Amino acid sequence: MRALGIILAGGNSNRMRELSNKRAVAAMPVAGSFRSIDFALSSMTNSHIQKVAVLTQYNARSLNEHLNSSKWWDFGRKQGGLFVFSPTVTTGNSWWYRGTADAIYQNLSWLKNSHEPYVVIASGDGVYKMDFNKVLEYHISKRADVTVVCTEGSQVQDISRFGVLKMNEDCRIEEFEEKPMMARSNVISTGIYVIRRRQLIEMIERCAQEGRYDFVNDVLIRYKNLKRIYGYKIDTYWSNIASVEDYYRTNMDFLKPEVRKYFFTEYPGVYSKIDDLPPAKYNPGSCVKNSLVASGCIINGHVENSILFKGAYVGNNCVIKNSIVLNDVYLGDNTHIENCIVESRDTIRANSYHCGEDGIKIVVEKNERYAI
Amino acid sequence: MIKKEMIAMLLAGGQGSRLGVLTEKVAKPAVAFGGKYRIIDFPLSNCINSGIDTVGVLTQYQPLRLNTHIGIGIPWDLDRNVGGVTVLPPYEKSTSSEWYSGTANAIYQNMAYMETYNPDYVLILSGDHIYKMDYEVMLDYHKANNADVTIACMPVPIEEASRFGVMITDGNGKITDFEEKPEHPRSNLASMGIYIFSWPALKESLNALKDQPGCDFGKHILPYCKDNDKRLFAYEFNGYWKDVGTLGSYWEANMELIDIIPEFNLYEEFWKIYTKGDVIRPQYVSADAIVERSIVGEGSEIYGEIHNSVIGADVTIEKGAVIRDSIIMRHSQIGAGTTVDKAIIAENVKVGDNVVMGVGEEAPNVLKPKIYSFGLVTVGENAVIPDNVKIGKNVCIAGVTTAEDYPNGELPSGGAIVEKDGE
Repeated sequence: MRALGIILAGGNSNRMRELSNKRAVAAMPVAGSFRSIDFALSSMTNSHIQKVAVLTQYNARSLNEHLNSSKWWDFGRKQGGLFVFSPTVTTGNSWWYRGTADAIYQNLSWLKNSHEPYVVIASGDGVYKMDFNKVLEYHISKRADVTVVCTEGSQVQDISRFGVLKMNEDCRIEEFEEKPMMARSNVISTGIYVIRRRQLIEMIERCAQEGRYDFVNDVLIRYKNLKRIYGYKIDTYWSNIASVEDYYRTNMDFLKPEVRKYFFTEYPGVYSKIDDLPPAKYNPGSCVKNSLVASGCIINGHVENSILFKGAYVGNNCVIKNSIVLNDVYLGDNTHIENCIVESRDTIRANSYHCGEDGIKIVVEKNERYAI
Repeated sequence: MIKKEMIAMLLAGGQGSRLGVLTEKVAKPAVAFGGKYRIIDFPLSNCINSGIDTVGVLTQYQPLRLNTHIGIGIPWDLDRNVGGVTVLPPYEKSTSSEWYSGTANAIYQNMAYMETYNPDYVLILSGDHIYKMDYEVMLDYHKANNADVTIACMPVPIEEASRFGVMITDGNGKITDFEEKPEHPRSNLASMGIYIFSWPALKESLNALKDQPGCDFGKHILPYCKDNDKRLFAYEFNGYWKDVGTLGSYWEANMELIDIIPEFNLYEEFWKIYTKGDVIRPQYVSADAIVERSIVGEGSEIYGEIHNSVIGADVTIEKGAVIRDSIIMRHSQIGAGTTVDKAIIAENVKVGDNVVMGVGEEAPNVLKPKIYSFGLVTVGENAVIPDNVKIGKNVCIAGVTTAEDYPNGELPSGGAIVEKDGE
């Protein structure tokens, strides 16, 4: 592959509510045994991109832990590999990443010292599978300066969360509005871009000179009429998890057989860090209906239309409905959880009752757990 | 100079013929266990958990699965700059070329490998037991006794002792005598096939017995050590240890994992068991499914009923299927409306719709009555079973079978279909 990968994983989102207290959005657990960034990383490795930088800033501990070895995505390479760039203080700079363009600018030497002619930029909060080779081919055939991967907005709940764009018959982007109050089109940007490396360096340097820091507003939208910016429209599954509602919906999508088939059984697959957990265990009294269960779970109660992430424990007579139980949660006996997302590593005492009445409730109890 | 205090040599070349069709295509250490693991994962994980980072795995019989499983040792953190895991197959020499003719002979043929690491001690393991053990504690015992050989032993009921090599010790654990599968055992300390040798003692006895045909630790090396006044000690182990050498004991050991609090607990944070997992996605249990008192591996899709069973990764159980008291290994598919009772179904097997498996009265197997007993149905890997057939007990099936192989749509108890396999 003739491209580098950059994954923008520094972001926080208020729309994630309490869930973002603990981790960057890119480190959110997704679909039982993955984390959000696995989808971008797996797509890159499956497209034979060998050198990938992950730019982190907000609450990256969880993300760093997830990326502490690059071998799971086949990035344990002598040539290239996985680079994690957090903001650092240097003689010339003492700022945090002030925006996506600034994040790239602060690591420009990495781009300058590489020799791959193209760069694929992706965000860490998308759930999708993509062959970037096809996007690159398209980019070359259109003689584009920047290619923006976009999709029909019907795949998302709240279109005003995204960049909305309008293309002409040739797919050249004519209008591009970031998070508009009133969307004038229903084609949205997926936050995945292909661009020539030298072109990117030039744009980012100019941006920095002018004191501008955001890739979408200060590069894409500003250069919209000057440069040839094209849209590459996909009709395969794509979702962004950066709001509680979209996060919940994306996870629940994996209860559909066609979504599981697309992501899990169709080659190539999605990779993640290996946790070495034993198989899930169903004890007498367990009753599981239409649910996903990850490895290491122990189930004694009733689980329906829910997703149990790795290592969850469900006590006797529990009722879990329409909920997402994140990693290593312990649910005490007789607990009722309905329309909730239970934060990871939490301990819910016996006889608790949680129900999201009008919307998704996020359960964070932070009780002590007494090891048995 | 490279120096490792203790290295491990893991004997993984055996066929394990008593596992019948399960080991027809794979060596016994590579047979799946417990919904996720392979038997060799237990000694390998014990090694790394005990701080042993240099392991030679001796392979001979059907090594392909074993080789791909071990790879460069990543799952066990045995990918090392110095040491790590090395697969050691038999090889051709300038003057001779021979297979590994016995356990000790296999070790002897890899003298050069061991010498590379200048070990003080060599741990000899076999790849066919299920247990968790800290070899470092055993080494401390070995050192404290200033022993030449330490043999891990387990107290067994005296009536079962005649199945094992039995150690007779004085009050301090020093071995005074031993008997191989004695009719009237004088002790209940059974050898677990785990030895620590001080390197000089091992080297000396291997060299002394290098011309012994089929040189074996139990039959030749240990008697030689005793006759030459070496210090032999028995290290008593009281944890869970299971030999899964027969289909019955293999089935039993799997079934023990589904108890509410199993004696052999895989869910403890301490002393994790590692394996190469090709499947990491979660499993799906449908709205019509019933799963009870079972363990289920990653990525399986359950639309039917499962009771008291061990299900591997990426298994599909179709709607209306009922699985009871069975082991189903990875990538296998069970068709709609099929009933499976007390069966061991190996990897990548396709069972058709409306099959009834494990019914009727028991009858001795026509082919190998001693192997295919315990009332089990045993299906070898990559086998195909057609729709609407009835299969009895003590049955073995291998290869692609079609409706013609089942006269009147039935394979009665004690039947066998294996000859198709060579095609």
